[in-house]
Amino acid sequence: MTLLQIKDLSAFYGRTQALFNCSFDVSEGEFIALLGSNGAGKTTMLRALSGLLHFEGSIAYAGTSLGKVSPQRRLELGIAHIPQGRGTFTEFTVDENLSLGATIVTSRSQIKEDKERWYDAFPRLKERRDQLAGNLSGGEQQMLAVARALMSRPKLLMCDEPSLGLAPSITQEILTIFKTLHRDHGMTLLVVEQNVDITLQYADRAFVIEAGQIVASGTAVEMVNNEDIKKSYLGVAG
Amino acid sequence: MSLFFQLVVSGLTTGAIYAALALALVLIFRATNVVNFGQGEMATFSAYCTWQLMEWGAPLWVALLVSLAGSFAVGVITFRAVIRPLMSAPVEAIVVVTLGIFVLFQAAGMWLWGAEQRSFPSLFPDGGFNVGDVRILNSTVGTLVILVMIAVLMGLIFSFTRLGLSMRAAAFDHARSVLVGVNVERMLMLGWGFAAVIGAFAAILIAPRLFLNPTMMTPILFYGLAAATLGGWDSPLGAIAGGLIVGVAESLGASYLSFIGADMRIAVPIALTLLILLVKPVGLFGSYKVTKL
Repeated sequence: MTLLQIKDLSAFYGRTQALFNCSFDVSEGEFIALLGSNGAGKTTMLRALSGLLHFEGSIAYAGTSLGKVSPQRRLELGIAHIPQGRGTFTEFTVDENLSLGATIVTSRSQIKEDKERWYDAFPRLKERRDQLAGNLSGGEQQMLAVARALMSRPKLLMCDEPSLGLAPSITQEILTIFKTLHRDHGMTLLVVEQNVDITLQYADRAFVIEAGQIVASGTAVEMVNNEDIKKSYLGVAG
Repeated sequence: MSLFFQLVVSGLTTGAIYAALALALVLIFRATNVVNFGQGEMATFSAYCTWQLMEWGAPLWVALLVSLAGSFAVGVITFRAVIRPLMSAPVEAIVVVTLGIFVLFQAAGMWLWGAEQRSFPSLFPDGGFNVGDVRILNSTVGTLVILVMIAVLMGLIFSFTRLGLSMRAAAFDHARSVLVGVNVERMLMLGWGFAAVIGAFAAILIAPRLFLNPTMMTPILFYGLAAATLGGWDSPLGAIAGGLIVGVAESLGASYLSFIGADMRIAVPIALTLLILLVKPVGLFGSYKVTKL
């Protein structure tokens, strides 16, 4: 079933157009990688999807048009966005960060239950639950960002460059977490990355954005084997 | 020595009022990065509403509660009407707008109630008691108790409620808060509402001493700004400490330093502001912000 249907999406920063008529579909339960170099428009795509940026064209999520839907309502519909830089509330404790992730959740018992669940899944966060999030390492902050986003029980989890500033082994760890969420919980993932080779090991399908347009798409296997795409758009030496 | 303590007590009383106004200023600054120069005049307006309700026959406490609720609404509406549309405007524009709020509320007060001074009843019984040689008025104790109650209540809300957490988050970072589902605009509106209520307390507590008039809070605003700068613009606790320090320094300075005297009292907060800006520009309780380029 199609979860996300994007048609002729254009987005602007002031007068500068950052996305040009992008169209693609994402099915429920897919792990999608959105690839492209710096400034290609990947982040803009996520910002349009989560409601931080006004767009032209249409985005339909589970049949609902998102044109005039507030960011808060989009979270309620199940769209969570982990921004570049992780969106950590650095002057708040780890536990407060998780509470903030559950802002749209009204049931206190659900919040308590989810916190325990994700503390069990991320024992390092549990150890540091009363520390300021700003004192965590980069990898721990990325885990916190994932756990925080999961507190709203999203159906579609979007993550902007999880590998940024992380050692390759930690990037692998984060992507493994995504893979687990995808496999065991049927979560749909949209992960923006520049780190092409690692990401394609985990994703089902990939899109390549270049200068605000979608220039290539295919399964992860096709992408890995297509040297032309890798050379032309992704800056990977063949 | 008893003169010294008497002056400290008197300084703490006025200091508590500076602290309340500074707290209102800091709450708004933390959340919206706006210094609301109109805060004092909004507060005067609230005090006039209390007075008017009493003129119409309402008992003091009823008038007080109604006008505090009204102040909350005025704070919310002011934010919605004039600040929200300008949130992304340059800081100069916003300064001009808050100066406009100042003029608007002062003019509205003059227009509705005239410029003459009016007596305003104290919330506390007359009289007081002695500790040694130091005379402590009931109103001094009452003013400080109200300040402590406001501070404790704010502390409880911010530390232990989900609403408080969301308000702190909205003040910390707008975009990050939006992404976790905080309704940032609503939180900023509430912040303006709370600040207006705290400011109203300041005006209602000082009105019995200064007599109610449309420009009553104008000098107090200077002290409030000094207190906020002294304590640190990002620290509510600092605002309270700053207010009390400014109050005591003013009281002591006016009596002990002959070149200041009663006429030059206002020089004290200005001197303190200058000093803190030279020594520790973020204020006593402020924190340095690191900006990554």
